[in-house]
Amino acid sequence: MSLSIADFPLPDARGRFGRYGGRYVPETLIPALDELEQAYQVAKKDPEFLKELDYLLRDYVGRPSTLYFAQRLTEYAGGAKIYLKREDQNFTGAHKINNCLAQALLARRMGKKKVLAETGAGQHGVASATAAALLGLECVVYMGEEDMRRQALNVFRMRLLGAEVRPVTSGTGTLKDATNEAIRDWVTHVRDTFYILGSVVGPHPYPAMVRDFQSIIGVEVKAQMLAQEGREIPDAIVACVGGGSNAIGIFAPFAYLPPEQRPRLIGTEAAGEGVETGKHAASVAGGRVGVLHGSLMYLMNDDEGQIVAPHSISAGLDYPGIGPEHCYYADSGIAEYVPVTDAQALEAFQLLTRLEGLIPAIESAHAVYHGVKLAGQLKPEQIVVINLSGRGDKDVAEVMRLLEMQRSDEEGGGDSVETQTPAPKMHSEALA
Amino acid sequence: MTATTNRGVERLHAAFARAKAEGRAAFIPFMVAGYPSYAKFPEVAAELLSRADIMEVGLPYSDPLGDGPTIQRASEQALAGGTSTRVTIELVKKLRQTHDTPIVIMTYVNPIYAVGPEQFMQLAADAGVDGLILPDLPPDQDIEIAKLAAQYGLAVTFLIAPTSTPERVKLVAEACTGFLYAVSVIGITGTREGSAMSEVPRMLELARQYARVPVVVGFGVKDAQTAAQVAQVADGVVVGSAFINAVRDGQDAGALADAIRMGCQK
Repeated sequence: MSLSIADFPLPDARGRFGRYGGRYVPETLIPALDELEQAYQVAKKDPEFLKELDYLLRDYVGRPSTLYFAQRLTEYAGGAKIYLKREDQNFTGAHKINNCLAQALLARRMGKKKVLAETGAGQHGVASATAAALLGLECVVYMGEEDMRRQALNVFRMRLLGAEVRPVTSGTGTLKDATNEAIRDWVTHVRDTFYILGSVVGPHPYPAMVRDFQSIIGVEVKAQMLAQEGREIPDAIVACVGGGSNAIGIFAPFAYLPPEQRPRLIGTEAAGEGVETGKHAASVAGGRVGVLHGSLMYLMNDDEGQIVAPHSISAGLDYPGIGPEHCYYADSGIAEYVPVTDAQALEAFQLLTRLEGLIPAIESAHAVYHGVKLAGQLKPEQIVVINLSGRGDKDVAEVMRLLEMQRSDEEGGGDSVETQTPAPKMHSEALA
Repeated sequence: MTATTNRGVERLHAAFARAKAEGRAAFIPFMVAGYPSYAKFPEVAAELLSRADIMEVGLPYSDPLGDGPTIQRASEQALAGGTSTRVTIELVKKLRQTHDTPIVIMTYVNPIYAVGPEQFMQLAADAGVDGLILPDLPPDQDIEIAKLAAQYGLAVTFLIAPTSTPERVKLVAEACTGFLYAVSVIGITGTREGSAMSEVPRMLELARQYARVPVVVGFGVKDAQTAAQVAQVADGVVVGSAFINAVRDGQDAGALADAIRMGCQK
């Protein structure tokens, strides 16, 4: 079986998913985006490119990731069967590497010697630095100063891999500002640099290209469903959404099916402390249409057009926009987007760890929360697939800190983390 | 009410014609609205306005992709001081009461969408704004913006860059009604040393093939010498970060403006 990259009906020739997407960037970049688009269109049909990508995805990343039946989680939910698409098994710990390797191969093919990337928590930065090391490319990663402090280990990891990590102090010093800075660097060095964008955002062709490279997730789910359950299509698929690359990766191969065949596709947005508090990163639930990083999308901005700093327990979802294809899915009813709070994600993080021995990325825990809730409402013959987009090793220290805070808030309740035994129950009000 | 004239276009073109008659490229200084503070901006702007052929006012934006550190920091400072989209337009309205020099607003597209394109044009036209410079809106992304601006008597300016192909230059040049803005360097505002202007003559030659409006050059013009280089080939010279740096460092922005205006002599 050799790799092929599926064709999807969108975007249109202008890089739009409905009204969303486009290329709202300085004119300097337009020729580079045209060049990228052309190179990509040729590469995606070139057997040599596909062969090398296929080889790396199998022998280097370890694909296919398994579609794992989570029996104890299923029993806990008391409804539909729950499968986990185990992107946490990938080398470097998340789905990000699928896209980074493909873009780095494209960079080398285009004769670019240097790649740029932005990163929030460091996952995409580490994956980019990894791909660059593997292919012998120079790599510069932009990272907010605040994020560098919080993720010192990932900063060191990137440096070990030979990447230069540049701190970003402008704006809020987080992912959106790191993205601004990466784009500014690209504008300035556009003739010899390749920008490895990490999510399904940015100017066309990035949202389409990143979607294509991540769609291997959904394509594998189809084949695995057929082999394991005798049917390609589950009843529902749940994935967390920041910019939205893991979600698009698992949704897209199902999204353009006729409505009667299409599974329910549910993206979980980071609701932070609650959408009503304003401290969240839920662009569909709490944002409105505008332009960020070159693309028309739902985003968090005030009524004068200034981008609002998002909030989420998870650095990977802490982005003020959501990719244009998701915006199109949301408007057309192809997918639903539901908010999941910090507290709910933290519950699901512990739940999955206790019941299945899988420590999920706190991002993925947002999807686990809603997937379990949904499965409880469905029948035993139905199937819910949750995209476990990454593993949670990177979050363990932060979760420890939060649980200790929670415990001291609960004021001498006696239980220490060490002595708690039952799996944490998801609060009933949260489930309502 | 919809304007019935090309007020902005006519006023801008008249300003270029006046400068040309005086043997100069038009001098177009730039300042971020609300910088260095809401209170001090009118004074700083007046220093520049009294020497300008056209004044460019930057609408502070949280995520200015095309701008270097100088304009980023100035924008952050202005926003922190309460100057956002509506206040910027109010500030221009106040300048209008004392100065008749044409004023264009440089703005990223998101504030226009957030206020609502039609309402934004209405507010700008009522404030006496003559035109808009749109650095992150290639004209083929939303041509409705240009049509709407025209309905309200506002000129529009889009940008070309050294990387622009002849096809792009044609498309952009034909969409401009006020003037065409040629970015002198591959990069963002406010940086560059030395050979920054090396790409300008070739780009201008290309621009002249398609532009029916004046062509200005900006990015990297910081003193009389760089202004003089640009003035040889361009109809106008835009200077931004240099004035912000001067204000930040407590230097005499008026004296710098005088020097650069002299440099604009053909």
